[in-house]
Amino acid sequence: MRYKAFIVSLFIISQGLAIDTEKDLQTQFILAEPGDTITIPKGTHNIKGALSIEGKENLVIRGSGMNRSILSFAGQTEGAQGISITNSTNIILEDFSVHDTKGDAIKVQYTDGIIFRRVSAEWTGGPKETNGAYGLYPVLCQNVLIEHSVAIAASDAGIYVGQSRNIVVRYSIAVNNVAGIEIENSIDAEVYENHTYDNTGGILIFDLPDLVQKKGGHIRVYNNLIENNNLFNFAPKGAIVGKVIPGTGVMVLATSDVHVYENTIRNNKSVATGIVSYFITEEAINDSLYNPYTSSIHIYNNIYERSPGLPALDYEIGQLLAIKYGRNTPDIIYDGMPDPAYINADGVILPESNLCIQNNSDARFTNMDIENNFEKWYSPFLSDFSEDLTPFHCGITHHPVATSK
Amino acid sequence: MATIMSKTIIWFILTFSVVFSSAPNPLKYAKPKLSDYGFFKHRMADHIPAEGVIPYSVSAQLFSDYALKSRFIVLPEGQRLQYKSDGSFDFPQGSVLIKTFYYPADFRNPNQEIKLMETRLLTHTPEGWMGFAYVWNETQTEAFLEIAGERLPVSFIHSDGEKIELEYSVPNFNQCKGCHVNQNQMIPIGPKVRLLNHEFEYPDGTMNQLKKWNILEMINGLPNLSTLPHTPDYDDPLEGSIAERSRAWIDINCAHCHRLGAPGETSGLFLNIEENDPTRLGIFKPPVAAGRGSGNMRYTIVPGNPEESIMVYRMESTDPGIMMPELSRKLVHKEGVKLVKEWIRNMK
Repeated sequence: MRYKAFIVSLFIISQGLAIDTEKDLQTQFILAEPGDTITIPKGTHNIKGALSIEGKENLVIRGSGMNRSILSFAGQTEGAQGISITNSTNIILEDFSVHDTKGDAIKVQYTDGIIFRRVSAEWTGGPKETNGAYGLYPVLCQNVLIEHSVAIAASDAGIYVGQSRNIVVRYSIAVNNVAGIEIENSIDAEVYENHTYDNTGGILIFDLPDLVQKKGGHIRVYNNLIENNNLFNFAPKGAIVGKVIPGTGVMVLATSDVHVYENTIRNNKSVATGIVSYFITEEAINDSLYNPYTSSIHIYNNIYERSPGLPALDYEIGQLLAIKYGRNTPDIIYDGMPDPAYINADGVILPESNLCIQNNSDARFTNMDIENNFEKWYSPFLSDFSEDLTPFHCGITHHPVATSK
Repeated sequence: MATIMSKTIIWFILTFSVVFSSAPNPLKYAKPKLSDYGFFKHRMADHIPAEGVIPYSVSAQLFSDYALKSRFIVLPEGQRLQYKSDGSFDFPQGSVLIKTFYYPADFRNPNQEIKLMETRLLTHTPEGWMGFAYVWNETQTEAFLEIAGERLPVSFIHSDGEKIELEYSVPNFNQCKGCHVNQNQMIPIGPKVRLLNHEFEYPDGTMNQLKKWNILEMINGLPNLSTLPHTPDYDDPLEGSIAERSRAWIDINCAHCHRLGAPGETSGLFLNIEENDPTRLGIFKPPVAAGRGSGNMRYTIVPGNPEESIMVYRMESTDPGIMMPELSRKLVHKEGVKLVKEWIRNMK
């Protein structure tokens, strides 16, 4: 350590440079050895270029607290991220904030073992289309833990885990983002005891086509408070989350084996919980390995609350719901598109693959049955939405909350 | 002789420094100053190569804010590149690729008033490839190792007479790998047969570079030249169609990331010159995680309509949250944008 500090200081002195935090941190990130802790000093530090950590093992990057150690990228001129971590193992980020990056705040890629603990990603000017896309953003990683962390005003997803495995997101807050928390094309995820509020959508579980990790699944979303996610959608139009209707609580899109339970989902004005296929996006699918359907989705033991009010009317689905249900939008909305692979010769969905909805308090339901209503879609008075939940009482006794990993 | 001696000492140090330092520290593979390597004879800034230091060029190059580049390769004494069937090479340990970035004061007189910015070494160490940047001093007498990156003001007159000022960026040690990576391993980008398969002016005459390297006993297993591909120079209309030159531009500027096994693979957009699947190339492909990089547009490429194509939008931006590539430029490559726009406009 002493040798290294000597080299670092020799290096800096030999270059005749004033020690600035950006260069100092970047130098430490490059020279770090396994077991090192790198300290982000107290104060607000203006950083002009993306900081990067590459190919490191067993590092702790630690500040003095989310409100005390702040890396501000308001004047960023280079790099698409605030902090980029790649090809690393067992990296712990603790007790600091990243503000106002031009692109993503903290992106972690090809890393096994990444912990975000009391880390905040924030765009301080509030929700704006010009904000960066993702706040806390592990992608193509495994063993991801995000806890006691905060994401504010990302123009895509505040906490976004993509194409990863073995994930826990807990005790965290997402506010004023387009998507509060998004789990995309990921396997084995637990999302619990988070508070997502005032986003466009609270928690999104998506599988999208054309990606390297094709299929997500085995995802558990429980004990979260998901409320007032009625913020206008400020995502750039090309982004898939740009299609999420303001007033979305939880949305499961084209994913399999997802359990949503024991959450409180309240005052999300349009779609408190949606279970939809990729067809809802009206995008073409060119990926032959992609499965656009949902299957084995379980929604149970949740508490739904909703004061009367109209859904977001600037979205087609909102108009449809408003015409059909006025100020009393149903809580759980299913597009009625089961995976044909799980329908037997008699036209019956295999029980283990069916949608299961039961024991939710105050939950009103509608099955839009898009397949059969497609031609009537533009004349909603004629379409036959079914509020009948009976086909979706699967009768399974769901186990109590899983113990955390 | 002195050069050969000092080179031998360098290799000795590079090879055995592992023994003396237990920490996996990139500094142990780099010398503090460029002159410590003895790559150049006489006045170092003139880049007259020492024995065993072979100049070369690539037919299509990454746009780096219009910086011009001189390239050299050094192989350890008596060792060779091994040709691989995918058109790349296996490099012996100890190989060094040298690339100097420089600007003439006026691009209309590219050989006068030259300012050297940095010299990058891509060194094949016992722990894999590593990239080191040496930043030239004001007097152009020496270049010093700079692992944490640097920003340098520079101004020049472009070939169209426009005066351009910019803050030139020297990459940090990690950023080198941001581009030079495949399956977590750092790799060279330029020295592939398709980028080397053209004539080069050597002091003793013009010759195809691969032929020259073969004559110099630098390569094992090189097939007959006539069977090898050639990437066109995207600047030269005589070298290929607009589509071919566009694909050359996109390959060298984008595919180091947008390729299976490289960081841009998360997007599902694959831009290497070998790719033929229209969706993977971006045609009517919606963005995945582009954020505001999508510019409110729906597809990476809309045939016939470059103005509605995200690819062009990102090439034309200099906003760090939007622009592509993410590194290596502060300016827009006007000529490249024009070419790719033309390609998309002609697409059916």
